[in-house]
Formats: sequence, structure tokens, C-alpha cells
Amino acid sequence: MKPIQSYISVKNIRILPLLNIKGMNVVKPVHTEALRVVGDPKKMALRYYEEGADELIYLDIVASLYQRNLDFDLLKSVTENIFIPVTAGGGIRSIQDINNALRAGADKVAINTFAVRNPEFLSRAAKEFGSQCIVLYIEAKKQQDGSYEAYTDGGRERSGFNAIEWAKRGIELGAGEILITSVDRDGTRRGYDLDLIKQIASFATVPIIAHGGAGDLKSIERVVAENCADAISASSIFHYKDFNIRDIKNYLKEKDINVRMA
Amino acid sequence: MCEWHNMANPKITIIDYGVGNLQSLKKAFNFCGIEAAVSEDAEAILKSDAVVLPGVGSYEAGMRGLKVRDLVDAVKNFAIQNKPMLGICLGAQLMLSEGHEFGIFNGLDIMPGKVARFSGLMDNEKIPQMGWNKIYMPKGASWQGTILDSIPEELLDVYFVHSYILAPDKKENIFGLTTYGGLEFCSIIKHGNIYGCQFHPEKSGEIGLKIIKNFINTI
Repeated sequence: MKPIQSYISVKNIRILPLLNIKGMNVVKPVHTEALRVVGDPKKMALRYYEEGADELIYLDIVASLYQRNLDFDLLKSVTENIFIPVTAGGGIRSIQDINNALRAGADKVAINTFAVRNPEFLSRAAKEFGSQCIVLYIEAKKQQDGSYEAYTDGGRERSGFNAIEWAKRGIELGAGEILITSVDRDGTRRGYDLDLIKQIASFATVPIIAHGGAGDLKSIERVVAENCADAISASSIFHYKDFNIRDIKNYLKEKDINVRMA
Repeated sequence: MCEWHNMANPKITIIDYGVGNLQSLKKAFNFCGIEAAVSEDAEAILKSDAVVLPGVGSYEAGMRGLKVRDLVDAVKNFAIQNKPMLGICLGAQLMLSEGHEFGIFNGLDIMPGKVARFSGLMDNEKIPQMGWNKIYMPKGASWQGTILDSIPEELLDVYFVHSYILAPDKKENIFGLTTYGGLEFCSIIKHGNIYGCQFHPEKSGEIGLKIIKNFINTI
């Protein structure tokens, strides 16, 4: 007898490589602190597109720290030959910044630091561009009491916000998607922080992209199979070629999880 | 450019009516070997061999964008001549008679039908639908020689971002179907050489580019 598929498994799970950008390079933070240069963003984006990435995330990790803007010219060159949705973030703090990012080939923007300091900006941005364009990016760090706090500026600064509450508020304010990173797991390959992601999934009415900790194939399967995430994002395992995106899709497909086979 | 090579280098215009960013669409046509023009000029539109009606945003804002630029008649006239047209997302929705988004608004009425919000989705499936989903053929349809020509159905995953769906009145205008949240809806409408896609071919990877190439081949 074949089990009846639950509806959730009918939906395609998206796989999103995430590029952290510093200057002209893709870098990989470990615990968002130590940085390693990994490669050329243009080449890497093209490789991921060709491997079947469903979308791409592009985050300038120092722009907001130094109160700079994204390098829109670089973003434009990165998006030039790829025909999948791109989310761009880093230092977004005005409607004009969003316009510039969209003009440079992005489809959505990810906002962290500026939203924490001005939550109502999420509403303004959603009203102007539609919720589907606004991704709330949350960097969550586990505290000693087991709660999660949202951090900004690449995991450096505390926000004073409880990460779970902030996600809830962000959705109410108009964010159309949540990109949730576990700062503790980022770069460790120890698996996604299921507890963190599940807590947000329990109330989220918008898609959740899980990031931070992707390691072996099993770790990816778990965050999807437990109905926590609509999309999974990773960087180390793609940057260092542990897996080709196609490998992951083939694996998930074998486990009866729907993915787009490109 | 040689005049007599016109159809080998068809003049394609992406209609700019103030809704959304047209760069990625232009880029996709470019990749397919066509330097598409972006224009909000009625003359230029009517002189084109084919037009693309893009758009992101609300129904009312879309129609307002066309009206303030005096483009409603130009687009309708273009359609009456059955010249190739490709509507994308909001652009496809505007091709129907009316939109039910924040009130009821008249559309371009190129095909009879309305645009309604997703309703009755199973398992509290999220709205907007944002992500990749499949297109399949309605019973009795044929995709040969159309924008879906020689694309294997099992590879037909495309990128959607929408809260409202195309509901054409006539079965013959239903050209592609998709299921979301247990609900089957029309994801492509067609009337003669005029197509409206609820999804974004310019964001749908290689398959999307193939759809754009196929559209160019229908010209």
C-alpha cells in the first residue's frame, strides 16, 4: 500500500546558495567572525545557476557595519547571466536602495540591521514594492537561558530583540519571507538548528528559508522533512564543493521530497 | 540592420507602464538573441512585431499605469490584429476582463474572464505562492508550435510569485494548468498568438529561456 502523500510534500523545496560578499569577493565567515576568501562572485553565481539552484542569496556582510551601500555594479555583473530569482542584502536602508538593488538585477531584498533599528521600514518597503519583495533576515544566537536573540551587523551586535518574537512582528509588518540564520551553526556543518527554525515555522504565514549549519545530506533532509523550512540555504557545503546542488536534489527526490529537477 | 531581415530580427517591445522592473526581462530576451526595446510610446508599440506586457503590483495600479500613458487602446488594437503578445504575471492578468483585487476593476478584456484571489487552499498553504511549480497540459490541448513547444512536461517547473489567479471564462483560453494547495488553476491563457503566463519565464532558468525563445519563434 502506498501512503497518501501529505500535501506539504507536493510543494517543491527550494535550494538557495548564499554568497557572502566582502569587497569584490565571496567570503565565508565561520561563526560570522573569521573570514576566508572563497572566490569570485560572478563565477560562483553562474556555477550555482548551472547546477540548478532555485534562487540565489547575495549578502554584502560589511556594508551595514560601515554604513555603506551595496556595490550595485558588482551585483549587476553577478546577476547578468543568471535567470533565477536573486535576493540581495547588506546595508539596505532606504526605498532608493531597494530600487537600486532591483535595477541591478535583484528580485527581492534582505533587510536585517536597518529593520531592527526601524521596524516600520519593513511596512514602508512592503507597501512600496509588495511583501514578496521584502525578506526579513534574522541572525539568531542562542542565549544561556535557551532563548534566541536577534543580532545585527553580521552577528556582531545584539539587537535586544528576541529572534522568535521579531520574526512574528516582521511578518505582521509586511515581510514576505524570513531568512533565518543560526549564528552558532553557521560554517560548522553541524546541521541546521531545528529548534530555532521549528519555533518560527509554528506561526509563520510566509515562507521560511533556513540557513546556518548545513552539513551532510541527512541534515538537509531533516530540516525539510520535519516541515520546518520552505527553502534551505547553504554556503560552505556548496563553496567547498562537498555537494553539487544536483546531488542534494537527487538525494531529496529519493526521499520523496519534491524539488525542481533542472 | 537590413530591413528585409525583419522577421529574422523581429522588433519586440517590452511595454513600460510603470509597474515593476523590466531589466531582467530585457536581459532574458537579450540572452535569447533579441535586443528588445522598452517603450511607453503607443506608436512604437503598434509598429512592433510582438510585444511583451510585463508587470508586478496590483490590478488597479496596472490599469492606471496603462491609462495615464494612453496605452489601453494601443495594446487592445495590437491584440485585435492577433499579433504575438506575451503577458507576464500582472500583464497576463490584465489581459482578462476584470480584476477582483481591492475592488472590481476593468481589464483589457482581450480574453473574457476574471482575476480572483486564491481561495480554499489546503493545509493553510501560504499566499502568495512563491516558488517553483509545475505546468501541465489541459485535456485536448496541444503545445506544438507554441511557447511550450518541445519542452518535456516533467521538466516544466517555473517560478511563480502571486496571490491572484487567472480565471478565463472560456475553456479554449486555458492553455496550461498548475496545482497549488490542492487547487487547480489556469497558469497560462492563450488566444491565437496571444499568451499570458502567470509565472515569470525570465526567472525560470533554462526552461523559462526556452519559453521566451519559443515565443520569439512564433513571430
